[in-house]
Amino acid sequence: MIHNEHIRSSNFEECIKCTICTEFCPVIEVNPLFPGPKQAGPDGERFRLKNSFFFDENLKYCMNCKRCETACPSGVKIADIIHSARMDYGTVTPHLRERILAGTDMMGTLARPFAPVVNAVAGSKAGKFMMDKVLRIDRRRSFPKYAAHGFNRWFRKEKAALQDRFASQVAFFHGCSTEFQHPEVGKAFVEVMNAIGVGVRLMDEKCCGVAMISNAMWPEARKNAVHNLAEFRKTGLPIVTASSTCTLTLRDEYPNILGLRNDDLRDNIVIVEKFLYDMVDEGKVKLVFRQDYKAKAAYHIPCHMEKLGWSIFTRRLLEMIPGLDLTVLESGCCGIAGTYGFKKENYSYAQAIGQPLFDAIRAEDPGFVVSECETCKWQIEMSTGYKVLNPIVLLSEALDLEKTRMANEK
Amino acid sequence: MRYDVVIIGGGLSALVCGTRLQRSGKSVLLVSSGQNAMHFSSGSFGFLGRLPDGSAPDDLIDSVINLPEVHPYRKIGPERLRTYAGQTIGFFESAGILLHGDPTHNSYRMTASGICKPAWLAMEDVSLFAPGETPSGGKALVVTLKGFTDFNVPFISSAFTKMGYACRCVEVEMEEIARLRKNPTEMRSVNIARVLEGQQALDRFISGVRGKLKDEDTVVLPQVFGLKDTSPLAAIRSRLPAHVHFVGTMIPSVPGIRSQMCLKSAFQAAGGTFLPGDTAVRAGFDSTGRVSSVYTANLGNTPLEAGEFILASGGLWGKGLEASYDSVKEPLFSLDVDSPRERKEWYDSDFFRRQAFTGFGVVTDESLRALKGGKTVSNLRVIGAECGGANPLEEGSGAGIAIMSAFMAADSILGRI
Repeated sequence: MIHNEHIRSSNFEECIKCTICTEFCPVIEVNPLFPGPKQAGPDGERFRLKNSFFFDENLKYCMNCKRCETACPSGVKIADIIHSARMDYGTVTPHLRERILAGTDMMGTLARPFAPVVNAVAGSKAGKFMMDKVLRIDRRRSFPKYAAHGFNRWFRKEKAALQDRFASQVAFFHGCSTEFQHPEVGKAFVEVMNAIGVGVRLMDEKCCGVAMISNAMWPEARKNAVHNLAEFRKTGLPIVTASSTCTLTLRDEYPNILGLRNDDLRDNIVIVEKFLYDMVDEGKVKLVFRQDYKAKAAYHIPCHMEKLGWSIFTRRLLEMIPGLDLTVLESGCCGIAGTYGFKKENYSYAQAIGQPLFDAIRAEDPGFVVSECETCKWQIEMSTGYKVLNPIVLLSEALDLEKTRMANEK
Repeated sequence: MRYDVVIIGGGLSALVCGTRLQRSGKSVLLVSSGQNAMHFSSGSFGFLGRLPDGSAPDDLIDSVINLPEVHPYRKIGPERLRTYAGQTIGFFESAGILLHGDPTHNSYRMTASGICKPAWLAMEDVSLFAPGETPSGGKALVVTLKGFTDFNVPFISSAFTKMGYACRCVEVEMEEIARLRKNPTEMRSVNIARVLEGQQALDRFISGVRGKLKDEDTVVLPQVFGLKDTSPLAAIRSRLPAHVHFVGTMIPSVPGIRSQMCLKSAFQAAGGTFLPGDTAVRAGFDSTGRVSSVYTANLGNTPLEAGEFILASGGLWGKGLEASYDSVKEPLFSLDVDSPRERKEWYDSDFFRRQAFTGFGVVTDESLRALKGGKTVSNLRVIGAECGGANPLEEGSGAGIAIMSAFMAADSILGRI
């Protein structure tokens, strides 16, 4: 028996009109312009197949959080239907703003040599004013800061030569934010992997393309996807990631939205928390934690981690840390949805969507928040002032890396 | 990944059973393939609406003897049923759901189309009427919100008229609600409930109703209040100078959703693990025929291992059974199903008559353990709509079977039986 989920590209006819998706849509709660997942997805699809006249540009308000799909009792891929419709019928072409927001690779490469200047301008009142007026990027939004030196450069300089000695190897898909804004995520990844006796390889990766998909840059997204899939096949190693959204895109958006088959690779593309948990669970790896580690953290499950169904791995892994007081926050969207919340027309909706989460974090008052998604991190840090760590960074801090290394030496 | 008990399902029976087990010290994981039937439930529970001969039962527990021997109620037995029925109100109260009604006798609730149906226990925003209640002679104001089409005012007022009320129907118009009409397909009970959760909107609604109230002693309102908690209900009851009846809307059901959220929170608060949006796709058995593991669509190669498994996958509606042209199968464990071999016996071509297929389920032994190839699977119990031997739609017994079988499965795992 093969689950329906994996064999249909558009299964709108399995919708039984129960409206459960609408109950779980965070957008419709705050934005009456959005037709809602049922209408925008399976209901609208019926009409659109008849005549593209019925395509509604307001489908752009869908954040692709996929909470409708998680809730659907009939396994309908509602968000996929919506984004496929945008691709097939949309007439609005991406403008400069969309290209800037979605061109994470290009923008990162251009900005990095001037990181201090770019960060200062993007953080300044005048810079924000200009971006707001010219690009309609909301001036209230804080921009993530570009790091002066990328993750790749650090890896080649410090770590690449040391990887050959490990018998077991993985290919690390680090994603754009690790390269350009948060190299500490990649560093933590390499430290932890090496400590458990696993070597790390980097590939010639391109942005997974999620922001291009959201911003209707279909040819660009497909081009990146084709390139990445070829790289994955070339390495033949397990592909391990650190960002939930990259993971979902590589596994599910490539086949379901971009129509690129990845059945041969899909099971081999995993986020690091699942990779680690499975190794520990199978008894292949031992983790030794620091005795002096003490922290209070709140775990925010990103929408795409919820859709992957993998937050249980992060949770069980973090629960192994003796000194960690962990609360799992009620699962809800933070509102930013990648580039969505940067746009002037979406800003207030994004903040309204995230409000219950922000309130829950403030009520919990943790030392920091843990989350696998970099844009959730930006949103939560900007909106609440609490620091957000990727779980792999937390693990690298809580682990006694030296003792772990010794425990895993063969 | 190891738990004491893995439950396949996330609806009423799964949550009740999981919570009872988790609170008694077992580690429990629920695999929930999307949301469930509670979202469409009336906010009231049925135990046994009518007997096989069509008559209305008197004492519910005593009536069970009239059901076929394979019925789950017969397997649970009258003694335990009476105990469990007595525990139900307390159990739900501990999950933050206040129920009213007589645990051993039916009352009546009113449906969205103004029909009175038997009901056992009901949430606080579902009015129950006693059987054969004498006409009241009172006056009722039937209120709806302008533009809301899922609350059929003519039907409902005519039902209240039959009960002896003099009815007057009014619409309350609100700017906040009118905004929802931009999006006509989404002007639903839930969306309205979200708007009316705002204090100001609720205040405006209550004063709107007060303004329309003349000499009526009763106000009839749609169930569009209190998605997250019941505080709007209390506000309405305390601030309207009349007796308030809440009556069902078309789906989705606001009280039904609230009950699902409360039960899920109670399960998680007890320490249970809930996997949302995941589907059990494959099972492993050990050499003695016991279930050893279950694999899900999302977890991939990571097995879920447990000593005990419970199948609460909801029958045909929940995809716990799958029908093809010539057979009905239980897809996960390939268990025995009680459907007749001949397809023509699955249904009656008269839609409004008893349909056999609404009662299909897994064949179980006396203690609700599943049968596979005629043999008992000793660590797999079947509860709720997945359990064969009953026809919940026909009998009006869905929630009762779910709760009673959940209690029994939990107690049997806990060694109390």
